[in-house]
Amino acid sequence: MDYFLELFLGGLTRGSIYALIALGYTMVYGIIELINFAHGEIYMIGAFTALIVISVLTLMGMNAIAMLVIAGVVAVLYSCAYGYTVEKIAYKPLRNAPRLSALISAIGMSLFLQNYVLLAQTSDFLPFPNLIPEFEFMERYAHIIGSTEIVILITTTIVMILLTILIKFTRIGKAMRATSQDKTMATLVGINVNRVISVTFIVGSATAAIGGVLIASHVGMINFYVGFIAGIKAFVAAVLGGIGSIPGAVLGSFVLGWTESFATGYVSSDYEDVFAFLFLVLILIFRPAGILGRSEKNKI
Amino acid sequence: MIKIDEIKRAVLVSIWFMFLTFPIMVIRVNPVEHIVEWRWKNMVLVGIGSFLLSFVWNYLMKRKELGFKKVEAGEEENVVPLTRRILGEKRIYIPALVIFGIFTISFPFIFSMYQTTIMVTALIYVMLGLGLNIVVGLAGLLDLGYVAFYAVGAYAYALLNYHFGLSFWVALPIGGALGAIFGILLGFPVLRLRGDYLAIVTLGFGEIIRIILENWNEFSFGPSGIANIPRPPLFGIDLSVHGSTTYIYYIMIALCVFTIFVVNRLQDSRVGRAWIALREDEIACQAMGIDKARTKLTAFSLGATWAGMAGVVFAAKTTFVNPASFTIWESIIILCIVVLGGMGSIIGVIAGALVLILTPEYLRAFSEYRMLAFGTLLVVMMVFRPGGIIPNVRRTYKFKGVKNADKS
Repeated sequence: MDYFLELFLGGLTRGSIYALIALGYTMVYGIIELINFAHGEIYMIGAFTALIVISVLTLMGMNAIAMLVIAGVVAVLYSCAYGYTVEKIAYKPLRNAPRLSALISAIGMSLFLQNYVLLAQTSDFLPFPNLIPEFEFMERYAHIIGSTEIVILITTTIVMILLTILIKFTRIGKAMRATSQDKTMATLVGINVNRVISVTFIVGSATAAIGGVLIASHVGMINFYVGFIAGIKAFVAAVLGGIGSIPGAVLGSFVLGWTESFATGYVSSDYEDVFAFLFLVLILIFRPAGILGRSEKNKI
Repeated sequence: MIKIDEIKRAVLVSIWFMFLTFPIMVIRVNPVEHIVEWRWKNMVLVGIGSFLLSFVWNYLMKRKELGFKKVEAGEEENVVPLTRRILGEKRIYIPALVIFGIFTISFPFIFSMYQTTIMVTALIYVMLGLGLNIVVGLAGLLDLGYVAFYAVGAYAYALLNYHFGLSFWVALPIGGALGAIFGILLGFPVLRLRGDYLAIVTLGFGEIIRIILENWNEFSFGPSGIANIPRPPLFGIDLSVHGSTTYIYYIMIALCVFTIFVVNRLQDSRVGRAWIALREDEIACQAMGIDKARTKLTAFSLGATWAGMAGVVFAAKTTFVNPASFTIWESIIILCIVVLGGMGSIIGVIAGALVLILTPEYLRAFSEYRMLAFGTLLVVMMVFRPGGIIPNVRRTYKFKGVKNADKS
């Protein structure tokens, strides 16, 4: 039973990190129907920025918690800036172009950012310090779940709640929903669509950066390539839940996290990804629009 | 003249980029030894670079907008793009084709073996691009796992040769057929999926094939791959390395010409027109009585056939296969070839393959920066020429009017 619980919670942690990245994918997709391949790179840049800030602050001799908070804030700020700039350069000029062109542009951006970090920093794996302290009250459960995992779960939950509030109850959230339903109509009722898209990219990048810092301190190392792999996984999660739907992305991420966790625990870790993809195919055969996706009814 | 506004904007842009690149470009950390290195010089470079690039960007943007306005005003309605005009003019393109043909045939004798090897790689990608063009360009099905079929072909030759000693010429059609079978295998479950759902399932399919090849040691010899695959023999004579490179080059030329011929004929065939109809509008297409499932499956299997054959040639060329050659990046590069070249246009795809494969090869001198340049090229090309290098022109028919309309 303990083993099952461990795998269950491990899957939950994994899932919540996928969810933080998948949210950005699904939000961007919901609004401009673009698979933002560079999103994984934003996440990687967030983690790298955090590492750089932490290294500088360590030399100054600051305590761990303050460092974590400062690094997190800087990482989020910079990721937002990158997300905003990437959108302005690579996607905005392609608003009216064929969809595949925008996809290729996104792939190009992803390649560019990877190699930019590779050249400016290093291609080696860098150790990422674990700044999350071991809680004393957690020791009894240490064989099932660690403190880092608890922090990840709590942070993810908070981010989800904030995001739901943002989208459901604020003015900009309303504008986002309107834009995703119909861009032309949204423009007609006075919504600045370009601004809404920028805000979407910024919010998506912010959640990705939080995910980046958390997973880096969980795994303990990063390099320039982590973003691409995580990005693909998160994309799978977003599609699994029904791309464009925010609760769908969260649910899809958890399902993916559990699938991987149980497949690794009970079958074999070599075929972890095979199970994840097979599961995806199975779900899509029975629900072609994802778990929570709306199946489009076309009117002729 | 450059206006004050533009300078102000460029200054703002350069400040923004200096801020943006500050942590990653300026600070280099070494967390193991706790060393932090400050590289202020980079910041200056970024500032100056982005200041200048901002002017170039604005200039190009203005030109692009001007082009749009002209089209909107109807000024350029009847102007066929230059490349198309050249291709349409018999006096130009026949001599050009002859010169090009002579050049291709004499290529291995003019250039060194190294150049020929690179050219063979490029030709393999031409074939892959043309194959994927059937799926993505004509049928409009976004396939991100195309490399799986390439792997199937390569492993088919490697394994058949290892276990049964089959030769290249026997393996070539078998590789193609196996590719087609896998295409149908992938096609069946995804028939109902559209757009991006299809993309992610095909991506998953590609990854599944790669992971299985990597982990199923008894079958595929795992990550270490299969070595000592024989090069294609010429009437039983074993050629030297140089000779067989030249020989493979000619095989590839022949295969490419064959591919171009077949794809060209397919495009205008009944099934080709069905693909294009399916791409444009699925519902209208079904209403016209086209079997959606069959059309999609033929697209998948015919596209995969070329990848299977290209895989066989690849295995014969490198004499070694392992799963590392078939990562998702390979699929992405093939997709880039199709989109960058111009979706649905055969000559565009060929140009795309040559540009995308040869540029990084010849940029080896700047090897560190070539992938950076590659990424930039993709973005810039798409922003300023979203239709690709040589875009496909749609078949159009002019309305000539009814002759005796007013008499009735």
